[in-house]
Amino acid sequence: MNPQNYLYLAALLFTLGASGVLLRRNAIVVFMCIELMLNAANLALVTFSRMHGNLDGQIMAFFVMVVAAAEVVVGLAIIVMVYRSRHSASVDDASLMKL
Amino acid sequence: MSTLTTLAAETSTSTGEAVQFWILAPLAVLGGLGTLLLRRAVHSALCLAGTMVLLALFYLANGAYFLGVVQIVVYTGAVMMLFLFVLMLVGVSAADSFKETLAGQRWLAAACGLGLGLLLIAGIGQASTGSFTGLAEANGGGNVEGLASLLFTRYVVAFEVTGVLLTIAALGATLLTHRERVERNKTQREQAEERVRSGVQLPPLPAPGVYARHNGVDIPGLLPDGTPSELTVNPTLRGRGQVREVHGQALADLAALEQRTSAYQGRPSPAGPAPRGTALGGAAAPGDGAVSTDAEEARK
Repeated sequence: MNPQNYLYLAALLFTLGASGVLLRRNAIVVFMCIELMLNAANLALVTFSRMHGNLDGQIMAFFVMVVAAAEVVVGLAIIVMVYRSRHSASVDDASLMKL
Repeated sequence: MSTLTTLAAETSTSTGEAVQFWILAPLAVLGGLGTLLLRRAVHSALCLAGTMVLLALFYLANGAYFLGVVQIVVYTGAVMMLFLFVLMLVGVSAADSFKETLAGQRWLAAACGLGLGLLLIAGIGQASTGSFTGLAEANGGGNVEGLASLLFTRYVVAFEVTGVLLTIAALGATLLTHRERVERNKTQREQAEERVRSGVQLPPLPAPGVYARHNGVDIPGLLPDGTPSELTVNPTLRGRGQVREVHGQALADLAALEQRTSAYQGRPSPAGPAPRGTALGGAAAPGDGAVSTDAEEARK
């Protein structure tokens, strides 16, 4: 098997995540799709690390994980706050600034 | 560990890895599809957790042992649990609505996703990634040791900055979800006075109908004329529409019980077995079984 297949899998998962961000209305599901995209990028980084025979790709994936953890904490806090003020987690309902 | 290291070190993948890939990769794609398509947010979260565990297995197969374990601990252990907690706060049954706010946005988004996928896959197909080194040399002294020596030398500044980032994120989350109370809590006396002044319901609300055959709080209590009272059921249950009906059978049983009691005690039987407020005339009826039995109990 060609290890390029891992890259194809990463591309597929990234596509699914991106489509989810565009298609879904629930803010939490949108956020989960962002996590899926980050994970797909991590898989690509790990595969590149193996292809090139050094560990820098894995270090990058490690940093992506750390930043994703920080992002999840702040993002979920924002979702909880929006839910408290408008009683809805739908991204369509937060349209106060729309003309 | 050593066999695993050599496995990930070869310049072409082994048959075992190919088998693993072709079994697990469709499952991972299925999990991604589930995250995208399932209507309930909880089901999406479970699908995503499954995909993340499969990705951890792919990391292990690729020689990233540390990342594979961290993926399970951090993503499926911490991040997904955080998601589930927030889902619990926001409402588990929060399903997406099918109402479109922008006309045709759904199809446009699907087309964009398809285009992106085609572009990425075509790009990877075009790129020449012929040679393939493997991690034998890099993982020689152990994967964790290799990562650590890189992390604390070349990437030490980035490492410190991520530490600051995590601290700021924790602070920000507590600050965002913290709610300052702007008004004082009402004391018990003030609440009582308010209740008297409004004059809607002075005593506590009546208890639910926990008659002999049921002990659920979702069964409404019966008024003296036999009609169920909505007031006796918790407003949350009423709001959800989970109030259970009182069966006609139960009402008939109740009337029969009353009749038997009065026959046993040698009193004239109540006006009739009709429970639904026809002949009984409420609590004022002198022959009403339940009321008079209570009175007898009190006399004894």
